[in-house]
Formats: sequence, C-alpha cells, structure tokens
Amino acid sequence: MLKQIEGSQAIAEAIGLCRPEVICAYPITPQTHIVEGLGQMVDRGEIQPCEFINVESEFAALSVAIGASAAGARSYTATASQGLLFMAEAVYNASGLGLPIVMTIGNRAIGAPINIWNDHQDSLSMRDSGWIQLYAETNQEAVDLHIQAFRLAEELSVPVMVCVDGFILTHAYERVDIPAQAQVDAYLPPFEPRQLLDPIHPVTIGAMVGPEAFMEVRYLAHYKQMQALGLIPELAEEFQQQFGRDSGDLIKPYRSDDADTIVVALGSVNGTIKDVVDELCDAGMSIGSLAICTYRPFPHKAVRSALEHAKRIVVVEKSLAIGIGGIVATDVQMAVAGLHKPVHTVVAGLGGRPITRDSLRKLFHRADAGHLERLEFLDLKHDVVHEEIARMEAARRSGPIAENILHSVGTVASQIR
Amino acid sequence: MFQVRIHGRGGQGVVTAAEMLSIAAFVEGKHSQAFPSFGSERMGAPVMAFCRIDAKEIRLREPVLTPDALIIQDPGLLHQVNLFEGLAERGYILINSNHSLSELGLDTFLQTHPGERISVIPASELALKYVGRPLPNAALLGGFSALTGLIQMEALQTAIRQKFSGKIAEQNIAAAQAAFAQVQATLPGGNPC
Amino acid sequence: METTIKFYQTDTFTVGNRLLSEQERSVQAGMQRTNALNSGHRACQGCGEALGARFAVDAAMRAAGNDLIACNATGCLEVFSTPYPESSWQLPWIHSLFGNTPAVATGVAAAQRVKGKTTRVLAQGGDGGTTDIGFGCLSGMFERNDDVLYICYDNEAYMNTGVQRSSATPPAARTATTVPIGQHPNGNVFGKGKNVPLIAMAHEIPYVATASVADLRDLEAKVTKAMAIHGARYIHIHVPCPLGWGADPAHTIKLARLAIESGLFPVFEAEHGEITGHRAIRAQVPVEDYLKLQKRFAHLFRNPKQVAVIAQLQAIADRNIRRFKLLEKSSLNTGEAAV
Repeated sequence: MLKQIEGSQAIAEAIGLCRPEVICAYPITPQTHIVEGLGQMVDRGEIQPCEFINVESEFAALSVAIGASAAGARSYTATASQGLLFMAEAVYNASGLGLPIVMTIGNRAIGAPINIWNDHQDSLSMRDSGWIQLYAETNQEAVDLHIQAFRLAEELSVPVMVCVDGFILTHAYERVDIPAQAQVDAYLPPFEPRQLLDPIHPVTIGAMVGPEAFMEVRYLAHYKQMQALGLIPELAEEFQQQFGRDSGDLIKPYRSDDADTIVVALGSVNGTIKDVVDELCDAGMSIGSLAICTYRPFPHKAVRSALEHAKRIVVVEKSLAIGIGGIVATDVQMAVAGLHKPVHTVVAGLGGRPITRDSLRKLFHRADAGHLERLEFLDLKHDVVHEEIARMEAARRSGPIAENILHSVGTVASQIR
Repeated sequence: MFQVRIHGRGGQGVVTAAEMLSIAAFVEGKHSQAFPSFGSERMGAPVMAFCRIDAKEIRLREPVLTPDALIIQDPGLLHQVNLFEGLAERGYILINSNHSLSELGLDTFLQTHPGERISVIPASELALKYVGRPLPNAALLGGFSALTGLIQMEALQTAIRQKFSGKIAEQNIAAAQAAFAQVQATLPGGNPC
Repeated sequence: METTIKFYQTDTFTVGNRLLSEQERSVQAGMQRTNALNSGHRACQGCGEALGARFAVDAAMRAAGNDLIACNATGCLEVFSTPYPESSWQLPWIHSLFGNTPAVATGVAAAQRVKGKTTRVLAQGGDGGTTDIGFGCLSGMFERNDDVLYICYDNEAYMNTGVQRSSATPPAARTATTVPIGQHPNGNVFGKGKNVPLIAMAHEIPYVATASVADLRDLEAKVTKAMAIHGARYIHIHVPCPLGWGADPAHTIKLARLAIESGLFPVFEAEHGEITGHRAIRAQVPVEDYLKLQKRFAHLFRNPKQVAVIAQLQAIADRNIRRFKLLEKSSLNTGEAAV
C-alpha cells in the first residue's frame, strides 16, 4: 500500500511484517523513531507473538538479541553511532556465533566531537565484523532491504546490518509502498535455526576455540559472505518478481555504461548524485554513477566490471580513515587493481554537512577536466582549518580544537547551510 | 519541482507543517519529500523544515537551498536568521504575524518582490481562536494553499486528519479554512487556483 | 540425557542421606542426578567454583525437570568446562561474552516466552563477570525482573586471567594488582568494593540469597527455592580458589566454612528486598583462623604482624554478625545442615 510516511515508521512497519519474535531497544538518535514505532506496534498487538524489551544499553540490546536468536527466535535491534561502538564486542560475537540477527543502523557520525548528524563512520567501523552490510538509497529501498535481510541472514546464518542514512532517510517523509503481510510471508519463511539451545538436544555454543581450529571458523565466516555474493542477487531477483520492485542487489550502475567518469557512493547521496549526473550528461559530459548497495561482502567482481571501461573513478564517501584517506575508496581501488585507473577519494558530508548539487557539480567538472587530487575533502572550510593550525603553532596551550573551530565558524542557528 | 522552506521555532510544529504539506501533495498524487533541518534544537530555538513537491520521483537529498516558497512561522526570526537566502525571484512568502509588512520592516522587500506573492496572516491568533493553542502550522498551510494554489484545501484536510485526530484535527481544519479565506481576500488577483 | 552416576560420584552426604526421606536427600546423592557439569573438565584441584556449579546446576536441573538452558560469562567456569570438543555441559549452554551474560539470558528467556515454552533459564558467572564488567547488564536484568536465575560464583578476584583484584576482593588481600608493597603494604585497600547481594536486594527482585560450598545442602535448597519462583533471582555463592588464594586444595571446604563462621561471609536470604532468613553461626571463630590458611593474607602475619589490619578485618566480620544477626537462632527455612 502506498503511503506518505516517515522513513523510520516505514522501516518499523517493514520489520513488523517480518514477524520478529524478540525486539530489543535502547534509544539513540536518529534510530529512536524506528523502535518507538515497533514498541507501539507490539503494544497494539500488531506484531504477535513478540517480546519487546527495553534494555539498559546497546551492549545489552544486542546481547539480548544474541540470546534470543540462539534460542531460536527471530531477533531484531537497531542502533547508530556511539551505540554501535558501545555494542562492538557483541557485534563481533553475534557474527562469530553465526546468529542471523538483523539490525538497522541509522547512520550517524562518531564523536568526539559529539555530533548527531549523518555520515557512515559508524557502520564502516564495523565493516570487518562479519556482518553483511546493506546500504539503502531511499526509504522504499530501506523497507525492501529489511525484508530481504531476514531472508538472507537466516539462509546463511549470518547477521545483517541494514544501513539507513540518519535523518536524511530516517526522518524524511516520502512515498513508500508498504507490502502486504501475505506478500512478505510468501517471501520470508519462518526461521529455521541451524543451531538451537534445546534441552532435548543439548548443545554447547560459544566454547573456547584454540589455534587448532580458530582459522577454520574464521574462514567459514568468510566463505558464508562469499556465498552471500551469489545469494544477494538471487534474493533481489526473487524480490523483484514477487514485489515488482528493483531493490537491493550488489550494485546499481546509473548511466555508467560508457561513461568516462564514474562516481561511486553508498546510501542516500546517490539520489543527489544521479540528479547531477543527469544534468551533466544532458550538457554533454561523459559521467555516470555506481551505487554500492552491498558493502559487505564487497562485490569486487561486480564493481570491477562496472568500472573497467571508465577513465577515472570518483568515490564520494561519508567516512574518513584518518591517517590514510578513504575507506570505501580503498576497497574500490582493490576492485580495479591492475586496470591503472585513477581512483579519487572525496570525503564528503561528515557529521551531516549537506552534500549539495552545487558542490557535486563543481567537483565533477574538475574531475572531468582531470584536476582532482587523490584525496579531497568536499566543502572543507580551509580558512577555518588554517586559522586553527596557526593557533596551534603560535601557542602551546591553544585549547580544545572543536571549540576553537566553533568560534571561528560563528553562530550556526542563523545560517541556512 | 517546487521547494518549500519553513522557518520557525522548536515546539511550533515546523516539522509537522512540512510533513502535512508532503502528505497533502501525496494525496493529490504527487511525489513529495519532507524533512527537518536535523537539529537537536530544544523548544524556542530557530528551526527549519523542508518540503519538495514534484510530478516525478524526488531523488535530491540536499536541504532546500533555493526555495520557491517560504513559510515563516515566527516573524521574530526575520532579524535573526537570513530567512530569504536563496529564495526564487518570484518566490512565495507567507508570514505568521498580526502586523503589516511595513510594521515588520519589510517595506523594501515589497518594492522588489511581487506583491501577490507575499502574504501576512495572524496564524497564531487563528490557532488560538480555533484550536485553543498558538500552534500556527495548520493555519499557515491553509494560507499557503490560498497563496500558491499548489495544494487544494481538500487534500490539506486529509493531511491534517492524518497528523491530528478527532476534535483537534477538526479545529485545525477550521483554522486552516479561516486562514485560506483571509489570504484569498487579501490577494490582488484572488485565488490563483 | 539420562546418565548413570557411579556410587563413588555421589557426595559426602550420601551416607547421611540414607537416613533421610527421598525428598530430603541431596540432589547430588541421587544416582539419577543430571551431572550437568560432567567429570573430565579442566578445573584445578580443590576448585570451589566447579563444586558449587555442579551442585547448583544439578539442583536447578532437578527443579526444572531437566528443561533448562544455561548462559555462562567468560571466566574460569567457561574455560575449564569447554575445551572443545570436550564440553562438560550436559545441558544446552551458551557463552557469549564476559559482560553480557544477564542480557543473553534475558534473550533466551524472551525466546522461551515467545515460543510458548516453559524452559527455564540459568545464568552464571564469576565475581568479575558479575560484580564488575557484567554489572550493568545484571542490574538491567534485575530491574526488568526477567525470568532468570543468576548465580555468581564468588572467588574474590579475576582468577582466569591470573588473580587480579575485582570489586569482590576483600580488603588486605594480595592479588596480582594489589601486591602488598610500596603504597599498598597491606594489599587490597579498605573501604572499597561492593556487596552485590545487597545491591540485588535494592532492586526488590523476588529472591536473593548467599550460599557457600561449605553448606552444599543449603546451596541446593536455595537453588531449588529460587527455581520455584519466577522473575529475576540472584544467588551469590562463596567458592574458595586454592590457586588464587594460595591455599591447600584440601582446604577449600574448610576455608568456605571458616569464612561463614568468622562472619566474613554472611549467609542469608531475602525476598522482595527484605531479609527473610540467615544461617546462624554456633560460635564465632576469629578471622585470623581463616586468614592464616591463605597466602594472599600471609603479609599480615610476617614480622611485624599487622595487628591493626587484622583488627580491621575482624571489625568487618563483627559488623556482619551484628548486621545479619548471625549469632541469633537461624531463621533459614532451607534446611540447617551441621557444620
């Protein structure tokens, strides 16, 4: 059913349709509306049977999900930012134990300095944790990816993170087609666990594993993700057949077939990028884009074949590997290794800085002219940065950087952008 | 694509206004997108919300930088925030105030901006009268409907009933209708729709 | 999961048990007991935790009709029981992390509810996993009154990592991180640490008890009683650690008994935040009798003997005796075994 609905509410409704049996919630902006929505749905008896548990921390939230999943219940939680870091130990544990939990990440920056706005640093910090990571471009895709995520998680017995841009998607009202219960039931069968805490057939889960077997356990986690590279397109295809919508899959090329410049990105910024690509293509530029929907496992082959004819690749990413540069770009570089193509990293939108058409247009023109550096920071206020560097050089006790920068930038409440 | 930027203060229903506007557009079969300025602002702080309306899917995710219409829920912001930044040359301006434009110090604006695109309505007063609380958002959307003709009152009523329930919804609809009538009466050419 | 227990595996109360009715006999005396923590595990000689866990889990198994799932924190019990593929556990058992066991148990319990099952849930950990790193999750589980019996095996330090101080380490004790030299000539400092049974009571959960491997019948009875109750329950079991305490493995039970009789480890139970019973001491023994058997307190007895420090420890014991009325007639209704 078509609805004009907030992203978080749409995600909550999608989760509800997946018949979760245990939902654990700990509030963190911008994830709150999702779990609030689910809590109300459970209270109203719209999700049944389901246990909605308010816990004392994100660490507990995922731990409850771990226990519930190991005991055979379809388990869900959601978090963001600091919350994801606080549960980091359990994040690795859930995947190490092979428990098919689905978790929404309302992508948000990581502090300090504390910042509630969107970027991808949180989920990318967990890229090696063994969780599958799917990135939604729109709220429709966020809804659809959650339905696919449970299927994917349970078929492989691997946990899945569905990453949804905080505020930009979670708090945006837009048109979303919410599927019918019967449709979801036909796509997503009941959870059949591979391992179960069952008094009739007692098993030990979580035993100490020494050097003699640890590598093999880890290898199999990798093997399962390699299987996911095959399964994800199949599930997306089946989804399209049943729901009539193209959602998910490994990658999504856009006007990139014979483009000289291809822009690569994760998540909602792909929408803005497509608008700019259309505009520049119409003006005669040879440019296209590539959305990476499945970031873990990283679809090396698909990315390589989508990029192999390009003259240059521009990775616009909302993340920064401090001390080296891009995170996504590093993986893209590996995908095109040996093809001798420049891969430019453009760090953009950190801490919620808007990625505007204006800025992208200028960026792509410079890319087209071959003027991009290896690593760039989109819309960085260089004057402010230089001012602070000068301050640090001038005095030993130059004070806290973040607060100094805020002084330089001035009052934000009076600014539109 | 038609872009709207709504300025107000935390607690004034700025975000709800943008959401109701997007629902109204949806009801009319259009694509629309509403989102807040994503702050952690508390009550009273300047806040913004945005709404885009289009006949086709909206992919753009930047804030509304070049609005086709501005809704200003609190005229006190006129002198604190650069509200008119990026406004289209013939963009609509709807201000919640019981003062005139000249009293608001906007005389100079009138000289360069087409008069039929500007309207001032006492939306908070209307809200007090019909709803009992000075929450001007529904009334302003009624005024917006009259000023721009972009959405019809019928769709707006449906949207108001989605965000509010029962008596409160009907009271807000009454406020919106009163605002619609007021704006329509003051427009030089009457209702453009 | 029927296993037959050899006669020699039944416990020291066996002979006495023959004089009792079937219902009154120790769980461990039965040749039909589950032996949930099977023999062959890798615990040290004289391990109080292994003993306590076997009695506690078997009692819980009997109370649950063998329909029980256990969640275990990282620690000695987890490590020595699962050198896979040689798991000692005869019941479904999960280890997730050091600090999240109460939350994992919450999840397991939630899954039982949602599946309409009546399977019971036990969570267990050492003092580090309970009173320190798992404390947040423990408090959360208590506060929600989740249907979980949590058992803490308290051996008063981080033994699994090599005897470092925990918030359950007693004052003056030597650990690897409270070595009695320099700034801390007397080992662990006074005035720190926390009493988790009392904190558990402050959550007003239905049942809180302390127990000891010195009184295994009392321990079994408390586990049985706890299993008859639904909601969050907490049992704190004192389990001497020969390695960490620097004690003779043969002295495990003796030390546990002296801890009770000196007043250093009060044995009591509480329901909904109110103390409802205690295990009486017939005659208080001086704390010195307890301390002298352990190398972790040896620095108190070297020249010169730390009389003032020992007196401070005695004062703690004396306060416990007053506070928990330990010299008054026992009011425990879980049975009163001879000591």
